[in-house]
Amino acid sequence: MSRKVILCRCEDVTLADVQRAVKLGYRDLEEVKRYTGFGTGPCQGKECLREIACAIATAAGRDPATLAPFTSRPPLSPTELGVLAAASRK
Amino acid sequence: MTPSSRSSAPAPASAAASAAASASASGSGSPALPAHAEVAIIGAGVMGLAIAYNLAARGQKRIVVLDAHYLAWGASGRNGGGVRQQWSTEMNVRLMQESMEICAHFAEEMGINVWMRRGGYLFLARTDAAVARLTRNVALQNRCDLPTRMITPDEAQALVPELDTAPFVGACYNASDGIVFPWPFLWGYARAAQKRAVTIRTGTEVTAIERRGDDFRIATSAGTLTAGRVVCAAGAWSPRIARLVGGALPDRPVRHEILSTEPLKPFLKPMVSVIESGLYVSQSLRGELVGGVSLPEEDNPDGEVRLGARLEFLTTMARGLTELMPRLGHVKVVRQWAGPYDVSPDGDPIVGTLPGVPGFYVVCGFGGHGFMMAPVVARHYAAYLCGEAPHPFFDAWRADRFTTGGTPAPAREEMTIG
Repeated sequence: MSRKVILCRCEDVTLADVQRAVKLGYRDLEEVKRYTGFGTGPCQGKECLREIACAIATAAGRDPATLAPFTSRPPLSPTELGVLAAASRK
Repeated sequence: MTPSSRSSAPAPASAAASAAASASASGSGSPALPAHAEVAIIGAGVMGLAIAYNLAARGQKRIVVLDAHYLAWGASGRNGGGVRQQWSTEMNVRLMQESMEICAHFAEEMGINVWMRRGGYLFLARTDAAVARLTRNVALQNRCDLPTRMITPDEAQALVPELDTAPFVGACYNASDGIVFPWPFLWGYARAAQKRAVTIRTGTEVTAIERRGDDFRIATSAGTLTAGRVVCAAGAWSPRIARLVGGALPDRPVRHEILSTEPLKPFLKPMVSVIESGLYVSQSLRGELVGGVSLPEEDNPDGEVRLGARLEFLTTMARGLTELMPRLGHVKVVRQWAGPYDVSPDGDPIVGTLPGVPGFYVVCGFGGHGFMMAPVVARHYAAYLCGEAPHPFFDAWRADRFTTGGTPAPAREEMTIG
């Protein structure tokens, strides 16, 4: 069942992927992000961070409040190269 | 080689799938800190993990790897994954030929997909002087049986039709270079080391090191241990570690940034790099364009490792990339991040005994090439630690060269971008 529950839609990371990562010892959002690839697609974790945090907390038996979010990366939303290039100093 | 490790194999949909073959790895659920290590390695980046794995594979016991953070936190998790053999010194060409071989068999031997794709490396040059340098390097590489060749801008455009080659006067291309996804190398080395009884402690910061008789006493955030020998594989953080034991290292951290775009249908075969600007870009097996460009080095008198991302990088890279390939204007950037190049005064790495501290070894100063060189450097480093005759790089890159005059200028590597 957990193999069919998709938590990160951008990168197709399932509940089973997260549970497996926790089982292997990856227990923080940063570690699970790297091991599963969740949060590295177009939404950059905006859709899935909470769900993955809950899944880690449940699988690891941790209080969700102890899980720090991963470092968010610019840009805030996907931005065209042409727009950014126009903002460069010549 | 298994089909899954071939560059032509379809990429799994996520990193989880690539890691699915992994039976165990090193997360923050770390094992207990042993009281003693024969060899303590500081830094669980690719270099430290690969040295640990090679030592264990040689039958060495009681090896402990310590890292203040988690796997892939540092430069090993932040680099662009380029693996090339185009260098300007014979030793580096031959080392990278060997490293490329290790990479090519890594998936099969370690049971983990590293998403390797050998699409080649294309260097573009704007000036006749750069073309002359590349031409000399290509002749050297050909003598090492590397199939690199000088090509015209038109030939470069035939390789990458999206290029605007107007600014370029020449190029060189080696089809056997490639790219990898860096993270699985860490998991692969970590798992293989752990299977051979290596202890990997993440989330364990080294706070003090002192000599105690024949041993080193290492204080960490998770307790203390003693070690017969210590290897500092802390990359850009190495000078800080060396100071803990009363030593000094001359390398400095230089922030480099990188960006990743939305995934695109595969179109870009080689890694493309521009000699003059330091711009490089490749397309990963996930379809994303991944690349960076050199910005002027910042003033950083305190040698602080800075990992913040800057808008200036984003706009400079976007401009460089859209000038290089004008069709990319509508491609969206998804994220940017920074990592430290660990740069030595002469650009070459620093290896061997830390001057003045016998039994304390360093492996740093790789200037942005530590990831691609780690597989081969670690193999020879482990042999050296086991008492075998040292590879010639131990002389060329010895740590005391900065106080004893250094190696002759012609040996200095000049292909230090991408």
